[in-house]
Amino acid sequence: MSASEHILQLDDVSKHFGGLAVLENLSFSVRRGSCTGLIGPNGAGKTTVFNLISGLHRIDAGRILLEGIDIAQIASRHRIRHGVARNFQNIRLMPHLSALENVQIGQHWRNRGLFGALQPVKLMPGNRWREEARAALAEAGLAAYERATVGNLPYGVQKQIELARALMANPRLLLLDEPAAGLNPVETDALLERISTICGERGVTLLVVEHDMQFVGALCTDVIVLNFGRKIAEGTPEKIRDDALVKEAYLGIETIEQRHAS
Amino acid sequence: MSGYVEGVLIVLAINIVYAYGAFLPIAAGQLNLGVAGFAAIGGYVAAFLSNKVALSPLAAIPLGGFAAGLIGLAVAIPVLRTRGIYLALATFALGEIVRASILNLEVVGGAAGYPVTAFIGLPTIGLFAVGIIALVWLLFAMRFGIAITAVHDDERVADLMGLNVRAFQIAAFTLGAMIAGVGGGLYAHAFNYIEAQYFSISLSISIVLYVLLGGTQSVLGPLLGATVFTLLPEILRSGAQWRYVLFAVILIVVMVLRPQGLVTGGQFRRFFGGRSNAERAEQAA
Repeated sequence: MSASEHILQLDDVSKHFGGLAVLENLSFSVRRGSCTGLIGPNGAGKTTVFNLISGLHRIDAGRILLEGIDIAQIASRHRIRHGVARNFQNIRLMPHLSALENVQIGQHWRNRGLFGALQPVKLMPGNRWREEARAALAEAGLAAYERATVGNLPYGVQKQIELARALMANPRLLLLDEPAAGLNPVETDALLERISTICGERGVTLLVVEHDMQFVGALCTDVIVLNFGRKIAEGTPEKIRDDALVKEAYLGIETIEQRHAS
Repeated sequence: MSGYVEGVLIVLAINIVYAYGAFLPIAAGQLNLGVAGFAAIGGYVAAFLSNKVALSPLAAIPLGGFAAGLIGLAVAIPVLRTRGIYLALATFALGEIVRASILNLEVVGGAAGYPVTAFIGLPTIGLFAVGIIALVWLLFAMRFGIAITAVHDDERVADLMGLNVRAFQIAAFTLGAMIAGVGGGLYAHAFNYIEAQYFSISLSISIVLYVLLGGTQSVLGPLLGATVFTLLPEILRSGAQWRYVLFAVILIVVMVLRPQGLVTGGQFRRFFGGRSNAERAEQAA
């Protein structure tokens, strides 16, 4: 396992909320350029892993190495500069901003400080940052919503805007928390295609939490399975499907009484 | 133009400036109930400079705003550590401290008030108001405006996107204090007299009401709010004693029908609550 092969490495990561241990000595690695699925039953700690990597919550113990740098020690605000961007399970766009302005938030770390704050992004029609954000919206097929206040837009559209915002940060590692949840089959297929493109063309490494196993099977090259804050399996989607421990975590152990009852 | 109309327009222009002073922190999610205190600092500093240093009001008024901004910056750093209702109370206390201090400052007349020799008329006051509107409009055409609204909407996500949330909050509060200070300087030179009692909490509340009723998320909100709620009592003047009752009824009706303010795109939420709904849901997940 060479350091350069892995973009992200969690070392003995623990997180407690009060007396509840959500993650205990969790370790796993994500291959550079892979699309890694993070799966597990409800309460397994998947979203907590995302919150620790992105900096929404502080880590209790362990290390989170991104390209060899322990980002757990870096202030949450600065982590995006190291290449981490994410979406949220419950969409968290800025409801009072337009779709375009939300996408421009994704540019912020690249255009920061006093010079960035005074960047006339709405004043000049040809402003470079404005044009970049407009192009990103158009590429996602969202040009029609440019000026719409996002609070009033349909759920599926909001999810796409959130993805566009995360991509605007030019991440090296993109964390997607249930990107397909709440989408209809047509939207899910479109999302699958879009995410595959992101993975392939831009060389972004993806870490995806998803409950839709078909989606994971179609998208992911690697899968990591969590249960009660521990890693119980990892491998290719095919291998995971046949893993006894994984079946047990999802379906429970079939007891003799149940067998007789059925 | 009759003296009456001119008098109303002067009050209107000053109220518009005050409203933008309260608008900037509100747009960033902070309720500043000490805005009259910053107006007082600006007013007294500008009056002192034009009286004692014989500076032209055109220089004294911006300098008064600058002084209010400096005090605003100094207090923003500790005060903005509090939030919601506690921030409102802390800024309220701040305004009262300023007022009580001025009452005890004999060099500017103490409780007897402070006469101001230099005078500015409606054209100058109007130009200052237009300048302030242009300044805030310009700020909101820059990335600054997007960042301020982002900080208002979701502090945590703004932080994860790389925004220096605290710096933007302090900047909004400081700029707001500066603008309120300019308003105070205009008032002092328009009426040639200021006293501490004028800069009371009821002035702060009126100014905040202009913004909340006009709309907190649009640059036009404070302009509209200050205009409607300065002119309305004048229009209702024929109602004699009943006009204040009528005015209060209209206020309540506006709040019921347009809780987000006259100009859309804004909401009261977050001023008295800590976290957004989205954040609560995320926490529970």
